[in-house]
Amino acid sequence: MTAAIEVNAVQKHFGNVSIIRDLNLSVAKGERHAIIGPNGAGKSTTFNLISGHLKPSSGEIRLNGGVISGLRPFEINRRGLSRSFQVTNVFARMTVWENVRCAVLWATGHRYAFWKNVDHLPEVKQRTAEILDDIHLSHRRDVPAGLLTYAEQRELEIGITIAGGANVIMLDEPTAGMSHAETERAVALIRRLTEGRTLVIVEHDMSVVFGLADRISVLVYGHIIASGTPEEIRANPKVREAYLGEEGH
Amino acid sequence: MSDAATTTSDMPKEQSGSSARFYSIWLIAAIALIVLPLIFSSGGSLTSFSLIGIAIIFALSYNILLGQTGLLSFGHAVHYGLGGFIAVHAMNAVANYNWPLPLPFIPLIGGIGGVAFAILVGWVMTKRAGTVFAMISLGIGELVASSSLILRSMFGGEAGITTDRTALPHMFGWTFGPQLQVYYLIAFWVMISAIAMYALTRTPLGRICNAVRDNPERVEFIGYDPHVVRYLAYGFAGFFAGIAGGLAAINFEIANSAYLGATQSGLVLFAAFIGGAAYFFGPILGAILVTYLQLGLTNLTTVWQLYFGIIFIGIVMFAPGGIAGLLMMHRPLIRAGSLGMVIPSYLMAAIPTLALALGVILSIETVARYTASEGEGNIINLLGIPFNATAPVTWIVAALLVVGGFLVARLTWRRVAEAWDRAATVARDRGYLA
Repeated sequence: MTAAIEVNAVQKHFGNVSIIRDLNLSVAKGERHAIIGPNGAGKSTTFNLISGHLKPSSGEIRLNGGVISGLRPFEINRRGLSRSFQVTNVFARMTVWENVRCAVLWATGHRYAFWKNVDHLPEVKQRTAEILDDIHLSHRRDVPAGLLTYAEQRELEIGITIAGGANVIMLDEPTAGMSHAETERAVALIRRLTEGRTLVIVEHDMSVVFGLADRISVLVYGHIIASGTPEEIRANPKVREAYLGEEGH
Repeated sequence: MSDAATTTSDMPKEQSGSSARFYSIWLIAAIALIVLPLIFSSGGSLTSFSLIGIAIIFALSYNILLGQTGLLSFGHAVHYGLGGFIAVHAMNAVANYNWPLPLPFIPLIGGIGGVAFAILVGWVMTKRAGTVFAMISLGIGELVASSSLILRSMFGGEAGITTDRTALPHMFGWTFGPQLQVYYLIAFWVMISAIAMYALTRTPLGRICNAVRDNPERVEFIGYDPHVVRYLAYGFAGFFAGIAGGLAAINFEIANSAYLGATQSGLVLFAAFIGGAAYFFGPILGAILVTYLQLGLTNLTTVWQLYFGIIFIGIVMFAPGGIAGLLMMHRPLIRAGSLGMVIPSYLMAAIPTLALALGVILSIETVARYTASEGEGNIINLLGIPFNATAPVTWIVAALLVVGGFLVARLTWRRVAEAWDRAATVARDRGYLA
């Protein structure tokens, strides 16, 4: 079976500074895969490379078997990969409803249509309502996204990411800055919404990582030093030395 | 789950209610446009209404860029002007060759001219938003404006190109000679264009334009190419600007280089911003105000551009949402019934603020009369009161009004802020304000 995401020998440097050195990563279809690593290890850069926000200096990235390295973000999105952002990245002046609806429009085939009334598209309306219900924001549908609480914005961020129906979902620190209770809620949400899809997640909170992930990859200085099940990662001496050991303090 | 059920079942009801209100607004607008010249039937007001109609279409077209897509253009008059020139050439050709094209269709040809140029230059222009787009639009504007003085067969040089709107085939027995008939032609196109531009905001493309305005980076991750979105928006803006230009050509029976210059581009930006770019109807208010200011101030004072500048700076600093933003601020208070709490403070603040404004006007006028236009004598009229620009008492009155007005106004505006806080708290308690 082809992997959902395959990263082969990818390098990324900015000038002389090498951020990603020989990155190899394989995420199977339907897997929940967490990428962990110390600050500055290149986790967000990895996300940006896979989602097309940055172009690799060399190497190749495949999505469901097809090469996507070098494509623009919207081209990659149309091929079935959707990502969220570490810093909340919503449409601040538009309402919650409109935020989600915009994310539904391309996938429902309405594209750049200027001859259809957006309020009279039943499948768009239904899907938007479903997503809002999924992320528990139905009661806030008419509030401008910029006025939501932080936790609500994070949930909306996830809603926008999944709304297009992509089969590969990448979440960049979805619970960053959340309280303990909010984190639990968010994890349950992510678990439910990514059911049957492939999930790649970057996360600092180890309880989230070990509670959610089927497999974990450990990124240190732009290189993956270990990849395996949570048990294997816990037991891996290299990982303990490079990363988990620090966390223990 | 019950949550979703109520939301979905609520929606049709909510929508039919708002659509009834929606159609009644357009109906009222159409009736207003029809009866307006019956109430104000003087030649002067007909001319003003015609100019306002053209300005409304132009300002709304500009707002497809500024308010809807977040593109700040300094060269929008290019499409207005080219639409005007194409329309004039079309009118002359129709008259010369006896083509069966009645005058009411000419604005459409202007629109085609506007969109054709937008298609030509838009792809490169809209590659980037922000400063890059603003600078390129400025460059294109200057390029076309200077070309208009060089390419004489197309633009007619300094004199421009004239035409005769009555020489075209008549429609319904209308010759379009009288200004009243031209007014109704313009009013017709105002309705059509405004409805079309409003409808555009309600389409998938229109919604994504807003998304591109708010966050072009994120748009790329929901499947859209922001460049294409901006390009399409630019095309529509060019089309409706061309319609406005075509109407101007019909109205004035001439197209000249002033149509597509930087002044015209500045005025439309001014109208959209003062009116309030964040709301669809904002530019309509702005177009009405700017046209009246232009017509009124030029008769009253030689330094009318100075007042334009002061108004613009005032709006940018104190009401960045424009007139529409100021009006819409009060909506939650009206709904919550707490508007009455702020009105007295407004009335109180109005008196010293007006005194301040009068002081500023008196200062400007005395200085202008004293330095720039001495030949016109020393007497200036303000509210029917004659002031001698050289008399010390005039200067003292002006200074007193400015300083006194400012000091008192500052106190009263503080009262306005307090009253506003109380009224907003009431609105918030009653759930009309987030």
